[in-house]
Amino acid sequence: MNLYDFIFYFFAALTIVSAFFVVTTKNIIYAAFNLLLTFFGVAGIYVLLGADFLAIVQLIIYVGGILILMLFGVMLTNKITNVQIKTEASFVIPASIGVGLFAGVLIAILLKTEWRNSPADIPISTLVPIGKLLMEEWAFVFILLGVLLLIALIGAASIARKE
Amino acid sequence: MSIWLQILISLVQILFTASIILVTVAYLVYFERKISAWAQNRIGPNRVGPYGLLQPFADVLKLFFKEDIVPHAANKPIHTLAPILALVIALSTFAVIPIGPPIYIFDLKIPLVVADVNMGILYILALTSVGVYAITFSGWSSGSKYSLLGGIRSSAQMISYEISMGFSIAGVLIFSESLRPMEIVNSQAGFMWNAFVQPIGFITFVVAAFAETNRLPFDLPEAEPELVGGYHTEYSSMKFAAFFLAEYANMIIAAGLIVTLYLGGWQIPYIENLGLSYTLTTSLQILGFFVKMAAVLFFIIWVRWSLPRFRYDQLMNIGWKVMFPLSLLNLIWVAILVMLMN
Repeated sequence: MNLYDFIFYFFAALTIVSAFFVVTTKNIIYAAFNLLLTFFGVAGIYVLLGADFLAIVQLIIYVGGILILMLFGVMLTNKITNVQIKTEASFVIPASIGVGLFAGVLIAILLKTEWRNSPADIPISTLVPIGKLLMEEWAFVFILLGVLLLIALIGAASIARKE
Repeated sequence: MSIWLQILISLVQILFTASIILVTVAYLVYFERKISAWAQNRIGPNRVGPYGLLQPFADVLKLFFKEDIVPHAANKPIHTLAPILALVIALSTFAVIPIGPPIYIFDLKIPLVVADVNMGILYILALTSVGVYAITFSGWSSGSKYSLLGGIRSSAQMISYEISMGFSIAGVLIFSESLRPMEIVNSQAGFMWNAFVQPIGFITFVVAAFAETNRLPFDLPEAEPELVGGYHTEYSSMKFAAFFLAEYANMIIAAGLIVTLYLGGWQIPYIENLGLSYTLTTSLQILGFFVKMAAVLFFIIWVRWSLPRFRYDQLMNIGWKVMFPLSLLNLIWVAILVMLMN
């Protein structure tokens, strides 16, 4: 086992263990904190796979934006920390059917896929290719998404102004 | 170059950078007190050592010997975790800020930056957004309304100003065509400093940096008359010291970023035309970086002791209605400039 494997298993374990606690903990703040660790673990795996841009964007958007919004909601809601959250098993039969089917699909894909088996390339930065693709090939979609964000921004401002 | 040699070099770089930050923090506190004394016509610390120079060490020793109190209503694990998180993030952000051109030791090219990564600037943005958690967690876990209010104010402020900060940085990135701090510095050769090329962006970035580091006139999160102390009200001893350290380390990082992005980093205009030897040029450039950083730090402290604090609604108004449009204006200005130059 070399250094690379060690780092991979570290991040994989971090992701899985913290994701497990997100689902099982009764304290909603602990759940949020564990979700933070999950995002970190996934970002670490992205870096190992050479997807540096994706890793950083994962941190900026999920950790810096979405999770902090959730935490705000939790903290500013009155007494939500004392609400008992149900974490025990319910709807056991339908749940196990659904999970079983999904696991079957995943395992089938895992077995059927012909995995490419070659020595890893030295990862190069994905930043410039992504920028080129966005600005040349997918420019229209990119601008459309920008307009969408602008609409959201204007909407938020007009809602805030009404008071 | 074998991987172990690389790890060794990185470790030395980390040790070097971390010690620079820690020593600078210690003396930054000393200079803050001295400058405040000067601004208020007092003498300032002058008892411990000559001119009070050993004062920082006395302060740290005092904090070490204080009792560590965890309030009864606090959430213990997160209460302990928050200061650690604050310090870790503050110390790791400096990793991508270059303090000088690459140096050569035994034919080994060693860049004077811990991690010369492609994503440098995005890395800093990501870490500052993680830094919000330290403050939010500390405010929530203390079990005190003052802490909670301070924490929420602080995170709302940091999130609001991150936007104008991001847009100001975008202007710099368009100009340098890279996210790598080294190349941003290289693109500002001569007098092409971004502070002169895009003055509006420079102003919005500096204001956002003040808000991100919770310094006056934006120190709402620790407005003493309203909040007792802010998010760290319920902390004592070394946990408080960790927050204190993180705050001053953040100031140093903000100064380093301002220098790197807008004041030409380690560049001294036209020094290569003087015909000095490589070693001398490099040492002068490293010195130049620290002089610029010291000047920015002095400016930050100077502002603190000259300006009063904003009201909360004024702070949000300035962030969203003034700084955000200004940073967009700067982006358009840079785009036009780049179009004309090509």
